[in-house]
Parts: sequence; structure tokens; C-alpha cells
Amino acid sequence: MNQPSSLPGGANSFRSQPDARGHFGQFGGRYVAETLMPLILDLEREYRAAKADPAFAREFEYLLRQYVGRPNPLYYAERLTETVRADAPPGMGAKIYLTREDLNHTGAHKINNCIGQILLARRMGKTRIIAETGAGQHGVATATVAARFGLPCVIYMGARDIERQQPNVFRMKLLGAEVRSVESGAKTLKDAMNEALRDWVANVHDTFYIIGTAAGPHPYPELVRDFQSVIGREVRANILAAEGRLPDLLIAAIGGGSNAIGLFHPFLDDPDVAMLGIEAAGKGLDTTEHAASLTGGQPGVLHGNRTFLLQDEDGQIAEAHSISAGLDYPGIGPEHSWLHDIGRVTYESATDAEALDAFQLLCRTEGIIPALEPSHALAAVGRKAREMRQDQIIIVNLSGRGDKDIFTVAQALGVAI
Amino acid sequence: MSRLATTFAHLADANRAALVAFVTGGDPDPAATPAILDALVEGGADVIELGMPFTDPMADGPAIQLANIRSLGAGTTTAKLLEIVADFRTRHPDFPIVLMGYANPMVRRGPAWFADAAARAGVDGVICVDIPSEEDEALGPALRAAGIDFVRLATPTTDAARLPAVLEGAGGFLYYVSVAGITGKQQAAQTSIEAAVAKLKAATDLPVAVGFGVRTPDQAAAIARVADGVVVGSAIVDEIARAAASGNDPAAAVRNIVKDLAAAIRTARQEKAA
Repeated sequence: MNQPSSLPGGANSFRSQPDARGHFGQFGGRYVAETLMPLILDLEREYRAAKADPAFAREFEYLLRQYVGRPNPLYYAERLTETVRADAPPGMGAKIYLTREDLNHTGAHKINNCIGQILLARRMGKTRIIAETGAGQHGVATATVAARFGLPCVIYMGARDIERQQPNVFRMKLLGAEVRSVESGAKTLKDAMNEALRDWVANVHDTFYIIGTAAGPHPYPELVRDFQSVIGREVRANILAAEGRLPDLLIAAIGGGSNAIGLFHPFLDDPDVAMLGIEAAGKGLDTTEHAASLTGGQPGVLHGNRTFLLQDEDGQIAEAHSISAGLDYPGIGPEHSWLHDIGRVTYESATDAEALDAFQLLCRTEGIIPALEPSHALAAVGRKAREMRQDQIIIVNLSGRGDKDIFTVAQALGVAI
Repeated sequence: MSRLATTFAHLADANRAALVAFVTGGDPDPAATPAILDALVEGGADVIELGMPFTDPMADGPAIQLANIRSLGAGTTTAKLLEIVADFRTRHPDFPIVLMGYANPMVRRGPAWFADAAARAGVDGVICVDIPSEEDEALGPALRAAGIDFVRLATPTTDAARLPAVLEGAGGFLYYVSVAGITGKQQAAQTSIEAAVAKLKAATDLPVAVGFGVRTPDQAAAIARVADGVVVGSAIVDEIARAAASGNDPAAAVRNIVKDLAAAIRTARQEKAA
């Protein structure tokens, strides 16, 4: 049986990154225009001060509890486990738990980070909020906290994503945000991020950019990870309460990777806990239509950090593809690039079709409609659980609920709504 | 002395500012670029800033975004761009040329590869939007080892405490981005430009060139009275777009606008003295 264990801190820890300059090994950093650099340094100072301020932690925890609805349950997916065991070799089929980030206010893990960042924005005296969004979950979460704190909010969203995520666009508008359609490039998340950066550089004096994933220039990857690590801390307490031991495997879907790093980070120094990140393989890794930056990309510099990117031999960024708008990004958070590089976390992928199958399987076995993003993680659960013994434990981050995706899924299944 | 240093020194002796003219390499297509570069020289530019196209030009406004799309759509590659520079260098042995762009295309094959290839082509300086002094290591040492000036950017948000770090390892000239924003949009107030240039010149011996939002000969002349160089980009790129869209010769359009800008800059300080 696995027992909770941890490496000593400092150099022997996987949890002491990034360094003072925001580097995770060769990844991360602050690759931004000079105009933004002083602001990034301010943000880092303010974040250090906030981290040392018990009042900041108290307010963050209060809002997570009373507004977001945390802590979340760790749910034993009994019927999913039985279904997997039904066609597994004798004695095989690990016990599958889901950590229910889909139960958060606004329906996904994104809100954890938004609460933390808007508290920082307020500390810094910023009076205007901007954000980019792909699936719209981060946009909704940002619009939500902006409404809660009474700040004007502009959300940049690719025109193509606006088309496939209409319900979330309407939600953002109901919450008082202005949604600006981005027409450049492939009109998805990457282009929305370019446009948000253009807004930010022109409005540095009063604007706070709430980045939605654990990527971008330092200190964003670090602070987003820290805010999302509430996921892993709760999971740790919950699994010890339920099983009296740590899990054997953690699985999470990766776009930028904030839900995954939030789950993984508190366990990085537990050598017996394996971790698996699932990238979006789109129409297949052998096609050009996927979003698997680690499997199909090489290190490069984009959106403020050095990380694995889908790109050509000249460093031009390739368009990503995934049925899930939230995974449709040609990069990945720098800490994942580092964890991949050093081998602490394993990264695989799941295709659109595999995610769709897993989506339907969870609906039917557990009565839970998952978002398409965690459906990629669920796709990997089936194959991993069959290779593991029945006394082993897998925990999957069910990072969001799927109400927003029913139109996309219906279309993929050939159903007219 | 480098071509950039020589040019700025000659212009200082002549008591006038440099016209630093920007075009995106390969816009509207790579075959058109050599004639456009020649037109910049003939029109009276003093330094060419050649944009390396990138899929994600985060610091650029609509004009240069579109130029990047046209260029990449026409098949511009890093190799082609460097070939264009090398050919330019044989036609114009003494004319300074600076590459401007984003980090990823520059570091893709490793900083040493890029620095050596650029030096071989005859590039004098490199401006990289998203490598601030904090990340100098990613490109700076390779450029300096290859004898290429790493031109740094200062902005309205660069305060006095930070300026020495920005100047560390900087070469060629200092590019003052006069507005906090993206290229080709709003223009800064002349008084704020004057104050900023005075502060920068007190901190460095490098020539100071001012850009972002400079569109007309009058604006260029006003800046030329106080700065060592005036950078004009989007206004020239717009001319190329218009000419290309209407089937006219982009090189002729470039020659015309650069002539007007150069004339305004050449007489700027005389008018003030008169």
C-alpha cells in the first residue's frame, strides 16, 4: 500500500519551481514586450506580498467556500469502475474516483484561479479586467468574478469559438461582460490571447489581465498553479479519508494545463503517485489536426513563455485542432513542459472520437454529463484502469460539466437539436 | 565602426535625424521585396528595418498584422528573407539594415544559428519585440558574438530604475516606443516624446530613435527635431497594401511616401533654427 510520503524541500523537491526568474528548467520565463515588463514585475511583487498576507488567504478561502461551493467531493465512480472491469483481464480494473470540479459555481475549475486573480487585481488598484477564452469557461468565470467585484470586463474570444460556444457567450453577456470577437488567424484561443495582449499593452495603467491557464509570462504559471492547487490539496485529504492511502495514478486533460497542474502539484513529491496528462489528439496525431503540443511539438517562445509549441521549421505557430474548444491551443503551460522533460509526469493523448465515446460512457454509467475537456482524461481512464489491479486507485479530474458542449456533441453524433 | 554607428555619426555631423523605415519582409510577396528595399534607399531612408513575418504578431496593429499574413501566405521563409538581405547587401554595401520580429522565428534553430546566418547575410542589428533584457540570454550573447547589434526597446513604462538594465548589452541605437500600445495606432504627445528622449539621452550614448504611431511628414519632422531617428512603419506598410490591392507597383508607392518623410526630416532642424 502506498503511504503518504514526501521528499525534503529545496533542490530535491519537484515542487520548488520556478526559479527567481520564472524558469522551470529551460521553460517559462518572461518573454514579453518591454511595455509589459514593469507591470509583470509589479504583479510578481504584489503576488509575493499577497502570499505572505494571511488576510489574502482568508478572503480567498472564504470565497472558495461560500461563493464557489468548495470543498468538492471525491466521488467513487462505481458503475464506471464496474463497466471497465467487465471486459478487463481477471483481477484487473482499478478503482476510479472523480474529483468533482464540475460542481463549482460556473461549472468548471476555472473559477478557482479567477477568484485569486481578481483579489490580486483589487490589491493592485486595477479597475478594468480583460481575459481571453476558448471554450468560454474561463470567460464565464472571469465575467462572474468581475460582476461580483463590480469591475468592467472585456473578454476576447475567437470568432470560431463564439460560433461553437454560443451558450457561454450569452452567459458572459448576462454577467455584464463585453465579448469581443477576434477575427485574426484561425479565430480560436491563440488569436484571442494575441488580442488580449494587444489590449493589455495599450491599457497597462488600469487593466488587469486574468490569464486562464497556467501559462503566459512569469509569474502567471506559478500563481495560476498555486490558486488551482486547492484541487490537489482537497483530493489528498479526501482520498486519505476514503481509502487511508494515496492514489496510484492521477489523470487530467491538458490544454494549457491548469486543471492538471492544480491536481498534480500537491503530489509531485510523492514518488508512488504516478501522473498522466492527456493532450487532445484531435483527428489523430498522424494528421495535422490535433492540439498535442508535447507529443507533436518542439520548444519555442509564444505568449510570454518558453514551452512546447506546435510549429513549423521556421518557428511559425501551427493551428491546433480539437473538438474541445478549451484544448484547442498550440502550446502548453511551461511547468508541464518541464515535468515532461524530466519525466516526472507522463503525457499521452486522446482523439476527438475517443473523447466523444468517453463523454457518452460517463453520461450513461454515472449520470454525469462531463465537459469535452475532461472527456479526454476519461478516455484514458478506460485503457489505464484495465492495465491496473482492482486494489489500485485512479483519480480523474472531472474539471468541468458538459452542458456547454451538448450542441457540439449533438452535431458530432449527427443529431439535430 | 559598424554600418549603424557610421550612419548615425554622419547624420549627427549633418545635424539631422535618421529616417528608419520599416517594411515587412515578403510583403506582398518575397519577389517584390528587393525592389521595395531599393525604393526605401532611393526615397531617402537612412536605415531599413525589415520585419520578419510571424503568425502571432502580438505587438502589432492591424496594418502590420495583415502584412504578416500576406507575407506568410506568399511563402516567405527565414531562408528567403536572409537571401533577400544578402542580395540587398551586394547592391548596397554600406546601407544599414536591421531585422525586426518576434522571438520564436529567431530562436527556432538556436540563437547561434540565427546570429551566424544573419551576420553572413549582412544584417547589422536585430530588434526582438518579446525578448526583454530579463531574457537576454535567449538571443543576446549569440548576436553580440556574431557582431550584430541587439537593438533594445524603451517604452513609456520603462522607469529610471529599470533603464540601466534595458541598456545593458544594447547596441546600434535605442528604440523608444513612444506609446504604450501596438504599432500604427495612436500617436504620443510631442511634449511627452521630448521629455522621454531627453531622459534616455542622459542615460546612454546610443542614438535614440522614436517610433510607433508616426504617420505623416509633419509628425516625423517634429520628432526629428529632438531625436536621433524617426521610425515609420505602418504608414509605409499601408501604402504597400493599397498598391498591391489595386495592382499598382508597391515599390513606386514606397518611394513616394518615403521621399516626403525624408524631405520633412532633412529640413526639420533648419526650420527650427530659422
